[in-house]
Amino acid sequence: MIPQFVHLLGYPFVQHAIAAGVVIAIVSGLVSRFVVARNMAFAVHALAELGFTGAAGAILVGSSPLSGLLAGTVVTALFIGALGARVRERDAVVGVVMAFGLGLGVLFLTLYQAYGTQAYAILFGTITGVSRGDVVLLVVLGVVTLVALATVYRPLTFATVDPEVAEARGVPVRRLGIVFLLILAVAVAEAVQVVGVLLILTLLIAPGASAERLTAHPGRGALASVLVALLSVLGGIALALLTNLPASVFVTSLSFACYLAARFLVGPWLVGEGRAGPRTSAGGAVRT
Amino acid sequence: MPPAAVRFEHATLAFQGHTVWRDLSVAFEAGSFVAILGPNGAGKTSLLRVVLGAVALDAGRVEVLGGPARRGNSAIGYVPQHHGFDRDLPLRGRDLVRLGLDGHRWGIGRPDRAADRRVEDAIRAVGAQEYADAPVGRLSGGEQQRLRIAQALVGEPRLLLCDEPLAHLDLRHQREIADLVGGWQRRTGQTVLFVTHDINPILPLVDRVLFVVRGRWAAGAPEAILTSEQLSALYESHVDVLRVRDRIIVVGDTADAGFEIEEPHHLPHVGGERHATEAPR
Repeated sequence: MIPQFVHLLGYPFVQHAIAAGVVIAIVSGLVSRFVVARNMAFAVHALAELGFTGAAGAILVGSSPLSGLLAGTVVTALFIGALGARVRERDAVVGVVMAFGLGLGVLFLTLYQAYGTQAYAILFGTITGVSRGDVVLLVVLGVVTLVALATVYRPLTFATVDPEVAEARGVPVRRLGIVFLLILAVAVAEAVQVVGVLLILTLLIAPGASAERLTAHPGRGALASVLVALLSVLGGIALALLTNLPASVFVTSLSFACYLAARFLVGPWLVGEGRAGPRTSAGGAVRT
Repeated sequence: MPPAAVRFEHATLAFQGHTVWRDLSVAFEAGSFVAILGPNGAGKTSLLRVVLGAVALDAGRVEVLGGPARRGNSAIGYVPQHHGFDRDLPLRGRDLVRLGLDGHRWGIGRPDRAADRRVEDAIRAVGAQEYADAPVGRLSGGEQQRLRIAQALVGEPRLLLCDEPLAHLDLRHQREIADLVGGWQRRTGQTVLFVTHDINPILPLVDRVLFVVRGRWAAGAPEAILTSEQLSALYESHVDVLRVRDRIIVVGDTADAGFEIEEPHHLPHVGGERHATEAPR
């Protein structure tokens, strides 16, 4: 199996998939921490599904699905950001917008007949089918997203975990929320390349949710989240190449396995060792 | 006379047509410990938000540390009303304190020994060393509150705003938190505005009281304000203020239920319009 895989590494399409996969995994790993902490699973889903609408529309008018996908996620992000300030309001807006957008997607799907494989690719991902041009675009977008995220990292963390004090200290909490939605929009468009619209949460929730179970240390948590995403994406690509099954099958299984391991095996063990969890010495009382 | 740390001049605040308080003119001297008292919805939290620059007055003016109130004033430390952190939030007590020091700055933040030391000092000052590395959501209310105070003090503020920091704590922890804030205030000679339902845990620390009830207010030394005459005038209804041992008990006359003895932290609502002046938080 190993020699077979090494042989595959010689093919450009494999190299493209791996290059894009690494960048996408790093972006997903870091962004998913904030998605989990900010309770934005629903928003992620809406961004992805409206990305689908955008991609379907782009195919219909003969332009590239990736640009349509990006347009869909970014417009949705701006819409949610403009209309939904509070969490409850945000969920309501997301629900309303998502239903409408998906309806449009169905329309595009019906209008364009020879459409089956491309729709399937957007819904379930085709990382092993990305072109050279797409790889360049994905890497550039990924790097831009990482730079943006690094710029707002501290105040975004502050606004996420402690909005009242953050606001008092002059952090622009509301505007950072919109900036994060835009970062998320690009991250979603990237992750859709690997796992598709319908399985998006496997890359934008599972890594962050796993890391949260392993450590409360911010740096180590971010690292753990990125490692889970890398393992899922690269493992998924490798297994897909070896078996000829879609990568999303393996990416979702691997990220699920990581979450289970973090939650039930490694996490409890780390807490038992007193490394990740609260200390149980006198005065450091643990409330469970 | 020392300059005022916070000064309101004919200040009026309204929310959606309801006046929260009107024509508030009061100056809190630098270095004083001020208790802000009043029933729920009297606009105590809003008053702190005005000082923070998060809410603008509808009339009058406010001066904070010699300048206008503005957002992000690093000379102000803020302990918000306690809501508890999510159990699984990946954040240690130490990280919470650190955010108080440089969480508002852009970027990821590079390793910084001096900042680490200040955070460590702040943690030690509130006695939170034992659990500073535990996830903050797994700590008890008292432990979280200590870390919040460390977070507010780590930037060495000249003015500390505390919003009900004793709520949800038992008596022993109330006293510990009060002593922490009072100890800091005496040691540094800075100013504290302390919003509370119940003045008793902080009574020995308080220099001045601002009492707000349904748009009206009274300010002065605690012994001058916490009297039956003053509070009856504020509530526009008969209120008895009793001093029992070292505690102050406020007994209100409610329109529906006749005399009702209430704990001091449930200061009486009078009449039927309980929420007439309630301000959204």
